[in-house]
Amino acid sequence: MDHVRPVPDGAPEGAPSGGNPAQLADLLRQAALGDEAAFAAFYDATSARAYGLALRVVRNPAHAEEVTQEAYLDAWRSSTRYDAGRGSAVGWLLTIVHRKAVDRIRSVEAATSRDETWNRETAPTDHDQTSEAAHASLDAARVRSAVATLTDVQRQAVELTYFGGYTHTEVATLLDVPLGTAKTRIRDGLIRLRDLMGVAS
Amino acid sequence: MSEMDIHKLTGAYAMDALDELERARFEQHLATCEDCRAEVAELRETAALLSETVAVPPPAALRDSVLAGISQIRPLAPEVTASPSRHADRPAARGRGWMPFLVAAALALIVGVGALVTQPWAPSDDVQRLTAAEQVLQAPDAQSVSVDLGEAGNATLTRSKSQDRAVITTEDMASAPSGKDYELWFIDGDTFVSAGLMPDEPDQTVVLDGSAGAAAAVGITVEPDGGSTQPTSDPIAVFDLTEAT
Repeated sequence: MDHVRPVPDGAPEGAPSGGNPAQLADLLRQAALGDEAAFAAFYDATSARAYGLALRVVRNPAHAEEVTQEAYLDAWRSSTRYDAGRGSAVGWLLTIVHRKAVDRIRSVEAATSRDETWNRETAPTDHDQTSEAAHASLDAARVRSAVATLTDVQRQAVELTYFGGYTHTEVATLLDVPLGTAKTRIRDGLIRLRDLMGVAS
Repeated sequence: MSEMDIHKLTGAYAMDALDELERARFEQHLATCEDCRAEVAELRETAALLSETVAVPPPAALRDSVLAGISQIRPLAPEVTASPSRHADRPAARGRGWMPFLVAAALALIVGVGALVTQPWAPSDDVQRLTAAEQVLQAPDAQSVSVDLGEAGNATLTRSKSQDRAVITTEDMASAPSGKDYELWFIDGDTFVSAGLMPDEPDQTVVLDGSAGAAAAVGITVEPDGGSTQPTSDPIAVFDLTEAT
Protein backbone atom coordinates (compact mmCIF):
# COMPACT_ATOMS: atom_id res chain seq x y z
CA MET A 1 0.00 0.00 0.00
CA ASP A 2 2.91 2.32 -0.69
CA HIS A 3 0.73 4.43 -2.95
CA VAL A 4 -1.65 5.43 -0.25
CA ARG A 5 -1.23 8.96 0.88
CA PRO A 6 -2.70 10.39 4.01
CA VAL A 7 -5.97 12.18 3.49
CA PRO A 8 -5.24 15.90 3.73
CA ASP A 9 -6.70 17.69 6.69
CA GLY A 10 -9.75 19.73 5.96
CA ALA A 11 -10.37 17.91 2.70
CA PRO A 12 -13.84 18.48 1.36
CA GLU A 13 -16.42 15.85 2.02
CA GLY A 14 -15.70 12.99 -0.33
CA ALA A 15 -19.20 11.78 -0.92
CA PRO A 16 -20.59 12.67 -4.31
CA SER A 17 -22.82 15.67 -4.54
CA GLY A 18 -26.30 15.98 -5.93
CA GLY A 19 -27.81 16.16 -2.50
CA ASN A 20 -26.68 15.95 1.06
CA PRO A 21 -25.23 12.45 1.58
CA ALA A 22 -27.00 11.89 4.88
CA GLN A 23 -30.26 13.06 3.36
CA LEU A 24 -29.89 10.73 0.39
CA ALA A 25 -29.18 7.79 2.65
CA ASP A 26 -32.32 8.68 4.59
CA LEU A 27 -34.40 8.81 1.43
CA LEU A 28 -33.16 5.37 0.48
CA ARG A 29 -34.01 4.03 3.92
CA GLN A 30 -37.53 5.39 3.55
CA ALA A 31 -37.76 3.90 0.07
CA ALA A 32 -36.86 0.55 1.59
CA LEU A 33 -40.01 0.89 3.67
CA GLY A 34 -42.03 1.37 0.50
CA ASP A 35 -42.08 5.18 0.39
CA GLU A 36 -42.33 6.00 -3.32
CA ALA A 37 -42.23 9.76 -2.75
CA ALA A 38 -38.90 9.37 -0.96
CA PHE A 39 -37.60 7.40 -3.90
CA ALA A 40 -38.82 10.10 -6.29
CA ALA A 41 -36.84 12.65 -4.27
CA PHE A 42 -33.83 10.33 -4.41
CA TYR A 43 -34.27 10.12 -8.16
CA ASP A 44 -34.47 13.88 -8.53
CA ALA A 45 -31.26 14.37 -6.59
CA THR A 46 -29.26 11.73 -8.45
CA SER A 47 -30.72 11.21 -11.92
CA ALA A 48 -28.49 13.69 -13.79
CA ARG A 49 -25.41 11.83 -12.65
CA ALA A 50 -26.91 8.40 -13.18
CA TYR A 51 -28.16 9.19 -16.66
CA GLY A 52 -25.02 11.16 -17.56
CA LEU A 53 -22.84 8.24 -16.56
CA ALA A 54 -24.96 5.73 -18.48
CA LEU A 55 -24.94 7.99 -21.52
CA ARG A 56 -21.19 8.47 -21.33
CA VAL A 57 -20.60 4.72 -21.25
CA VAL A 58 -23.20 3.40 -23.68
CA ARG A 59 -23.30 6.53 -25.93
CA ASN A 60 -26.75 5.83 -27.29
CA PRO A 61 -29.42 7.97 -25.54
CA ALA A 62 -32.16 5.34 -25.85
CA HIS A 63 -29.86 2.67 -24.39
CA ALA A 64 -28.75 5.07 -21.69
CA GLU A 65 -32.36 5.60 -20.69
CA GLU A 66 -32.95 1.87 -20.48
CA VAL A 67 -29.82 1.32 -18.45
CA THR A 68 -30.75 4.15 -16.10
CA GLN A 69 -34.28 2.89 -15.66
CA GLU A 70 -33.10 -0.66 -14.95
CA ALA A 71 -30.61 0.68 -12.45
CA TYR A 72 -33.24 2.67 -10.57
CA LEU A 73 -35.63 -0.26 -10.51
CA ASP A 74 -32.80 -2.38 -9.13
CA ALA A 75 -31.98 0.29 -6.59
CA TRP A 76 -35.60 0.37 -5.45
CA ARG A 77 -35.74 -3.42 -5.30
CA SER A 78 -32.54 -3.70 -3.31
CA SER A 79 -32.96 -0.52 -1.26
CA THR A 80 -33.53 -2.83 1.69
CA ARG A 81 -29.96 -4.08 1.28
CA TYR A 82 -28.31 -0.68 1.20
CA ASP A 83 -26.05 -0.17 4.19
CA ALA A 84 -24.99 3.42 4.83
CA GLY A 85 -22.00 2.07 6.72
CA ARG A 86 -20.54 0.74 3.49
CA GLY A 87 -20.70 3.89 1.41
CA SER A 88 -22.77 6.80 0.19
CA ALA A 89 -26.20 6.23 -1.32
CA VAL A 90 -25.28 7.90 -4.58
CA GLY A 91 -22.03 5.91 -4.80
CA TRP A 92 -24.08 2.77 -4.30
CA LEU A 93 -26.53 3.79 -7.02
CA LEU A 94 -23.78 4.71 -9.47
CA THR A 95 -22.08 1.37 -8.90
CA ILE A 96 -25.30 -0.26 -10.09
CA VAL A 97 -25.58 2.12 -13.05
CA HIS A 98 -21.99 1.53 -14.11
CA ARG A 99 -22.27 -2.23 -13.86
CA LYS A 100 -25.40 -2.22 -15.99
CA ALA A 101 -23.91 0.16 -18.55
CA VAL A 102 -20.81 -1.99 -18.89
CA ASP A 103 -22.90 -5.16 -19.14
CA ARG A 104 -24.89 -3.49 -21.86
CA ILE A 105 -21.96 -2.52 -24.06
CA ARG A 106 -20.25 -5.85 -23.56
CA SER A 107 -23.33 -7.84 -24.49
CA VAL A 108 -24.00 -5.62 -27.50
CA GLU A 109 -20.39 -6.15 -28.44
CA ALA A 110 -20.73 -9.89 -28.20
CA ALA A 111 -23.20 -9.66 -31.07
CA THR A 112 -21.74 -6.83 -33.09
CA SER A 113 -18.35 -5.24 -33.10
CA ARG A 114 -17.77 -1.93 -31.48
CA ASP A 115 -17.67 0.93 -33.95
CA GLU A 116 -16.23 3.41 -31.53
CA THR A 117 -12.56 4.12 -31.60
CA TRP A 118 -10.53 4.48 -28.52
CA ASN A 119 -9.32 7.85 -29.72
CA ARG A 120 -12.72 9.23 -29.01
CA GLU A 121 -12.40 7.92 -25.50
CA THR A 122 -9.17 9.67 -24.84
CA ALA A 123 -9.50 12.86 -26.83
CA PRO A 124 -9.20 15.68 -24.33
CA THR A 125 -12.11 17.49 -25.94
CA ASP A 126 -14.35 14.54 -25.35
CA HIS A 127 -15.18 15.55 -21.82
CA ASP A 128 -16.19 18.98 -22.94
CA GLN A 129 -18.40 17.65 -25.69
CA THR A 130 -20.12 15.27 -23.36
CA SER A 131 -20.59 17.77 -20.64
CA GLU A 132 -21.94 20.61 -22.70
CA ALA A 133 -25.21 20.00 -21.01
CA ALA A 134 -23.58 19.00 -17.77
CA HIS A 135 -24.26 20.77 -14.57
CA ALA A 136 -21.61 23.35 -14.08
CA SER A 137 -20.95 22.53 -10.50
CA LEU A 138 -18.14 23.21 -8.14
CA ASP A 139 -17.90 19.50 -7.58
CA ALA A 140 -17.35 18.85 -11.25
CA ALA A 141 -14.63 21.47 -11.29
CA ARG A 142 -13.02 19.91 -8.25
CA VAL A 143 -13.11 16.46 -9.82
CA ARG A 144 -11.69 17.79 -13.08
CA SER A 145 -8.83 19.50 -11.37
CA ALA A 146 -8.04 16.33 -9.45
CA VAL A 147 -8.11 14.34 -12.70
CA ALA A 148 -5.78 16.92 -14.23
CA THR A 149 -3.09 16.04 -11.69
CA LEU A 150 -2.91 12.43 -12.86
CA THR A 151 -0.16 11.36 -15.20
CA ASP A 152 -1.32 10.94 -18.79
CA VAL A 153 -1.24 7.18 -18.56
CA GLN A 154 -3.13 7.15 -15.25
CA ARG A 155 -5.77 9.47 -16.61
CA GLN A 156 -6.18 7.50 -19.83
CA ALA A 157 -6.32 4.24 -17.94
CA VAL A 158 -8.96 5.51 -15.53
CA GLU A 159 -11.07 7.14 -18.23
CA LEU A 160 -10.91 4.21 -20.63
CA THR A 161 -11.93 1.96 -17.79
CA TYR A 162 -14.68 3.98 -16.19
CA PHE A 163 -16.13 5.88 -19.13
CA GLY A 164 -14.99 3.60 -21.93
CA GLY A 165 -16.13 0.46 -20.13
CA TYR A 166 -13.07 -1.44 -21.31
CA THR A 167 -11.55 -4.28 -19.32
CA HIS A 168 -8.06 -3.82 -17.94
CA THR A 169 -6.77 -6.28 -20.53
CA GLU A 170 -8.30 -4.16 -23.28
CA VAL A 171 -6.93 -0.99 -21.70
CA ALA A 172 -3.45 -2.53 -21.70
CA THR A 173 -3.79 -3.25 -25.41
CA LEU A 174 -5.18 0.19 -26.21
CA LEU A 175 -2.39 1.93 -24.34
CA ASP A 176 0.19 -0.56 -25.57
CA VAL A 177 1.49 -1.31 -22.09
CA PRO A 178 1.86 -4.65 -20.28
CA LEU A 179 -1.21 -5.83 -18.37
CA GLY A 180 0.57 -5.40 -15.06
CA THR A 181 1.25 -1.79 -15.91
CA ALA A 182 -2.36 -1.15 -16.89
CA LYS A 183 -3.54 -2.70 -13.63
CA THR A 184 -1.18 -0.52 -11.64
CA ARG A 185 -2.09 2.66 -13.52
CA ILE A 186 -5.79 2.06 -13.03
CA ARG A 187 -5.37 1.50 -9.32
CA ASP A 188 -2.79 4.22 -8.76
CA GLY A 189 -4.90 6.71 -10.66
CA LEU A 190 -7.98 5.96 -8.58
CA ILE A 191 -6.03 5.99 -5.35
CA ARG A 192 -4.59 9.37 -6.20
CA LEU A 193 -8.07 10.72 -6.94
CA ARG A 194 -9.34 9.20 -3.72
CA ASP A 195 -6.65 10.95 -1.72
CA LEU A 196 -7.03 14.27 -3.51
CA MET A 197 -10.75 14.28 -3.02
CA GLY A 198 -10.63 13.04 0.52
CA VAL A 199 -12.76 9.96 0.04
CA ALA A 200 -12.48 7.86 3.15
CA SER A 201 -14.42 4.85 4.17
CA MET B 1 -1.96 -15.15 -9.86
CA SER B 2 -0.05 -14.65 -6.65
CA GLU B 3 -1.67 -13.29 -3.55
CA MET B 4 0.44 -10.15 -3.94
CA ASP B 5 -0.97 -9.47 -7.36
CA ILE B 6 -4.58 -10.07 -6.61
CA HIS B 7 -4.71 -7.15 -4.19
CA LYS B 8 -3.88 -4.86 -7.08
CA LEU B 9 -7.13 -5.69 -8.82
CA THR B 10 -9.15 -3.46 -6.47
CA GLY B 11 -9.13 -0.55 -8.93
CA ALA B 12 -10.12 -2.60 -11.95
CA TYR B 13 -12.79 -4.39 -9.91
CA ALA B 14 -14.20 -1.13 -8.57
CA MET B 15 -14.65 0.08 -12.14
CA ASP B 16 -16.04 -3.19 -13.54
CA ALA B 17 -12.93 -3.73 -15.65
CA LEU B 18 -12.36 -7.40 -14.89
CA ASP B 19 -13.62 -10.05 -17.24
CA GLU B 20 -16.13 -12.48 -15.79
CA LEU B 21 -13.63 -15.08 -14.68
CA GLU B 22 -11.29 -12.60 -13.08
CA ARG B 23 -14.24 -11.02 -11.38
CA ALA B 24 -15.38 -14.34 -10.00
CA ARG B 25 -11.92 -15.07 -8.71
CA PHE B 26 -11.55 -11.63 -7.19
CA GLU B 27 -14.91 -11.85 -5.45
CA GLN B 28 -13.69 -15.05 -3.89
CA HIS B 29 -10.64 -13.19 -2.68
CA LEU B 30 -12.75 -10.28 -1.39
CA ALA B 31 -14.66 -12.63 0.85
CA THR B 32 -11.53 -13.21 2.86
CA CYS B 33 -9.62 -9.94 2.46
CA GLU B 34 -10.80 -7.13 4.66
CA ASP B 35 -8.22 -4.69 3.25
CA CYS B 36 -9.42 -5.21 -0.30
CA ARG B 37 -13.06 -4.83 0.71
CA ALA B 38 -12.28 -1.50 2.31
CA GLU B 39 -10.22 -0.36 -0.63
CA VAL B 40 -12.88 -1.40 -3.15
CA ALA B 41 -15.50 0.56 -1.21
CA GLU B 42 -13.34 3.68 -1.28
CA LEU B 43 -12.39 3.31 -4.92
CA ARG B 44 -16.01 2.78 -5.95
CA GLU B 45 -16.90 5.94 -4.12
CA THR B 46 -14.06 7.70 -5.89
CA ALA B 47 -15.02 6.39 -9.32
CA ALA B 48 -18.58 7.54 -8.70
CA LEU B 49 -17.25 11.07 -8.23
CA LEU B 50 -16.06 11.01 -11.84
CA SER B 51 -19.70 11.04 -12.89
CA GLU B 52 -19.85 14.64 -11.63
CA THR B 53 -18.08 15.63 -14.81
CA VAL B 54 -20.57 14.00 -17.16
CA ALA B 55 -23.90 14.74 -15.47
CA VAL B 56 -26.75 15.27 -17.93
CA PRO B 57 -30.38 15.70 -16.88
CA PRO B 58 -32.38 12.78 -18.27
CA PRO B 59 -35.53 13.23 -20.35
CA ALA B 60 -38.54 13.93 -18.15
CA ALA B 61 -40.30 10.80 -19.38
CA LEU B 62 -37.67 8.66 -17.67
CA ARG B 63 -38.81 9.88 -14.26
CA ASP B 64 -42.36 8.81 -15.04
CA SER B 65 -41.38 5.35 -16.20
CA VAL B 66 -39.11 4.79 -13.20
CA LEU B 67 -41.85 5.82 -10.79
CA ALA B 68 -44.42 3.74 -12.65
CA GLY B 69 -42.00 0.83 -12.53
CA ILE B 70 -41.31 0.92 -8.80
CA SER B 71 -44.98 0.99 -7.94
CA GLN B 72 -45.13 -2.58 -9.23
CA ILE B 73 -42.09 -3.88 -7.40
CA ARG B 74 -41.80 -4.79 -3.76
CA PRO B 75 -38.36 -4.08 -2.29
CA LEU B 76 -36.51 -7.29 -1.52
CA ALA B 77 -36.69 -8.78 1.91
CA PRO B 78 -33.77 -7.45 3.91
CA GLU B 79 -30.83 -9.69 4.64
CA VAL B 80 -31.57 -11.07 8.06
CA THR B 81 -28.61 -12.33 9.99
CA ALA B 82 -29.08 -13.91 13.38
CA SER B 83 -25.54 -13.01 14.32
CA PRO B 84 -22.95 -10.91 12.58
CA SER B 85 -21.42 -13.07 9.91
CA ARG B 86 -18.61 -12.38 7.55
CA HIS B 87 -21.10 -12.35 4.72
CA ALA B 88 -23.01 -9.51 6.21
CA ASP B 89 -20.43 -6.92 5.32
CA ARG B 90 -19.80 -8.20 1.86
CA PRO B 91 -22.03 -6.87 -0.90
CA ALA B 92 -21.27 -9.85 -3.08
CA ALA B 93 -22.91 -12.09 -0.51
CA ARG B 94 -26.21 -10.84 -1.85
CA GLY B 95 -27.96 -13.31 -3.99
CA ARG B 96 -25.71 -16.11 -5.05
CA GLY B 97 -22.33 -16.35 -3.50
CA TRP B 98 -20.02 -19.29 -3.51
CA MET B 99 -20.75 -20.28 0.05
CA PRO B 100 -24.45 -20.81 0.55
CA PHE B 101 -24.98 -24.52 0.59
CA LEU B 102 -28.62 -24.29 -0.36
CA VAL B 103 -27.84 -22.40 -3.51
CA ALA B 104 -25.24 -24.93 -4.54
CA ALA B 105 -27.73 -27.67 -3.82
CA ALA B 106 -30.33 -25.93 -5.97
CA LEU B 107 -27.88 -25.66 -8.84
CA ALA B 108 -26.97 -29.31 -8.53
CA LEU B 109 -30.68 -29.97 -8.83
CA ILE B 110 -30.87 -27.98 -12.08
CA VAL B 111 -28.12 -30.09 -13.58
CA GLY B 112 -29.75 -33.17 -12.18
CA VAL B 113 -32.90 -32.28 -14.05
CA GLY B 114 -30.85 -31.80 -17.18
CA ALA B 115 -29.47 -35.28 -16.78
CA LEU B 116 -33.04 -36.59 -16.69
CA VAL B 117 -32.98 -36.73 -20.43
CA THR B 118 -31.21 -40.02 -20.14
CA GLN B 119 -31.36 -40.84 -16.47
CA PRO B 120 -34.56 -41.53 -14.57
CA TRP B 121 -34.80 -39.42 -11.46
CA ALA B 122 -33.90 -41.54 -8.51
CA PRO B 123 -32.23 -41.12 -5.15
CA SER B 124 -29.20 -42.75 -6.69
CA ASP B 125 -29.08 -40.15 -9.42
CA ASP B 126 -25.62 -39.02 -8.41
CA VAL B 127 -24.24 -42.46 -8.86
CA GLN B 128 -25.96 -42.91 -12.17
CA ARG B 129 -24.74 -39.55 -13.38
CA LEU B 130 -21.22 -40.52 -12.47
CA THR B 131 -21.68 -43.75 -14.31
CA ALA B 132 -22.92 -41.91 -17.35
CA ALA B 133 -19.85 -39.71 -17.18
CA GLU B 134 -17.60 -42.69 -16.78
CA GLN B 135 -19.16 -44.34 -19.76
CA VAL B 136 -18.14 -41.37 -21.86
CA LEU B 137 -14.73 -40.96 -20.29
CA GLN B 138 -13.91 -44.63 -20.73
CA ALA B 139 -15.44 -45.06 -24.17
CA PRO B 140 -12.97 -46.44 -26.73
CA ASP B 141 -13.65 -43.48 -29.02
CA ALA B 142 -13.44 -40.84 -26.29
CA GLN B 143 -11.59 -37.74 -27.38
CA SER B 144 -10.56 -34.88 -25.11
CA VAL B 145 -9.55 -31.28 -25.41
CA SER B 146 -8.38 -29.17 -22.49
CA VAL B 147 -8.59 -25.43 -21.97
CA ASP B 148 -6.41 -23.62 -19.49
CA LEU B 149 -8.49 -20.87 -17.93
CA GLY B 150 -5.46 -19.32 -16.31
CA GLU B 151 -6.23 -18.02 -12.86
CA ALA B 152 -9.69 -19.47 -13.10
CA GLY B 153 -8.58 -23.09 -13.23
CA ASN B 154 -8.82 -25.46 -16.13
CA ALA B 155 -11.36 -27.66 -17.84
CA THR B 156 -11.35 -30.69 -20.07
CA LEU B 157 -14.09 -31.66 -22.46
CA THR B 158 -14.38 -35.30 -23.46
CA ARG B 159 -16.71 -36.56 -26.14
CA SER B 160 -17.65 -40.01 -27.28
CA LYS B 161 -19.35 -40.06 -30.67
CA SER B 162 -20.58 -43.60 -30.14
CA GLN B 163 -22.23 -42.54 -26.87
CA ASP B 164 -23.38 -39.27 -28.43
CA ARG B 165 -22.44 -37.64 -25.14
CA ALA B 166 -19.90 -35.18 -23.82
CA VAL B 167 -18.53 -34.68 -20.34
CA ILE B 168 -16.83 -31.67 -18.87
CA THR B 169 -14.32 -32.05 -16.07
CA THR B 170 -13.11 -28.99 -14.23
CA GLU B 171 -10.27 -28.44 -11.82
CA ASP B 172 -10.07 -25.54 -9.45
CA MET B 173 -12.52 -23.55 -11.51
CA ALA B 174 -13.57 -20.16 -10.12
CA SER B 175 -17.24 -19.73 -9.27
CA ALA B 176 -19.40 -17.78 -11.68
CA PRO B 177 -19.73 -14.14 -10.57
CA SER B 178 -22.58 -13.40 -8.21
CA GLY B 179 -25.88 -13.35 -10.06
CA LYS B 180 -24.45 -15.34 -12.95
CA ASP B 181 -24.21 -18.95 -14.05
CA TYR B 182 -21.87 -20.76 -16.38
CA GLU B 183 -23.79 -22.20 -19.29
CA LEU B 184 -22.52 -24.86 -21.67
CA TRP B 185 -23.19 -24.78 -25.40
CA PHE B 186 -22.82 -27.11 -28.32
CA ILE B 187 -21.48 -24.99 -31.15
CA ASP B 188 -21.79 -25.73 -34.81
CA GLY B 189 -20.81 -22.76 -36.96
CA ASP B 190 -22.93 -19.87 -35.73
CA THR B 191 -25.43 -22.11 -34.02
CA PHE B 192 -25.37 -22.39 -30.24
CA VAL B 193 -27.48 -25.03 -28.56
CA SER B 194 -27.65 -24.93 -24.80
CA ALA B 195 -26.14 -27.95 -23.07
CA GLY B 196 -27.19 -26.92 -19.60
CA LEU B 197 -25.75 -25.02 -16.67
CA MET B 198 -22.64 -25.93 -14.76
CA PRO B 199 -22.91 -26.46 -11.02
CA ASP B 200 -20.96 -24.07 -8.88
CA GLU B 201 -18.16 -26.39 -7.82
CA PRO B 202 -14.45 -25.94 -8.43
CA ASP B 203 -13.94 -29.62 -9.26
CA GLN B 204 -16.70 -31.35 -11.09
CA THR B 205 -17.57 -33.87 -13.74
CA VAL B 206 -20.76 -33.11 -15.60
CA VAL B 207 -22.48 -34.83 -18.50
CA LEU B 208 -23.62 -32.22 -20.98
CA ASP B 209 -27.28 -32.02 -21.68
CA GLY B 210 -28.12 -33.13 -25.20
CA SER B 211 -26.70 -34.83 -28.23
CA ALA B 212 -22.95 -34.30 -28.56
CA GLY B 213 -22.10 -36.44 -31.55
CA ALA B 214 -22.25 -33.77 -34.22
CA ALA B 215 -20.98 -30.73 -32.31
CA ALA B 216 -17.90 -29.05 -33.76
CA ALA B 217 -17.13 -27.34 -30.49
CA VAL B 218 -18.36 -26.76 -26.97
CA GLY B 219 -18.30 -23.36 -25.32
CA ILE B 220 -18.85 -21.93 -21.86
CA THR B 221 -20.44 -18.51 -21.40
CA VAL B 222 -21.36 -16.48 -18.35
CA GLU B 223 -25.11 -15.94 -18.29
CA PRO B 224 -27.60 -14.34 -15.93
CA ASP B 225 -28.73 -16.68 -13.16
CA GLY B 226 -30.78 -19.52 -14.57
CA GLY B 227 -29.14 -19.42 -17.98
CA SER B 228 -30.23 -18.12 -21.38
CA THR B 229 -31.67 -19.68 -24.50
CA GLN B 230 -28.93 -18.05 -26.57
CA PRO B 231 -25.57 -16.79 -25.34
CA THR B 232 -25.55 -13.14 -24.26
CA SER B 233 -21.78 -12.86 -24.04
CA ASP B 234 -18.68 -14.18 -25.72
CA PRO B 235 -17.55 -17.61 -24.56
CA ILE B 236 -14.94 -17.64 -21.80
CA ALA B 237 -13.73 -20.97 -23.12
CA VAL B 238 -14.17 -22.88 -26.36
CA PHE B 239 -13.29 -26.55 -26.75
CA ASP B 240 -12.55 -27.21 -30.40
CA LEU B 241 -13.62 -30.82 -30.87
CA THR B 242 -12.09 -30.97 -34.31
CA GLU B 243 -8.76 -30.83 -32.52
CA ALA B 244 -9.66 -33.29 -29.78
CA THR B 245 -7.31 -36.20 -29.34
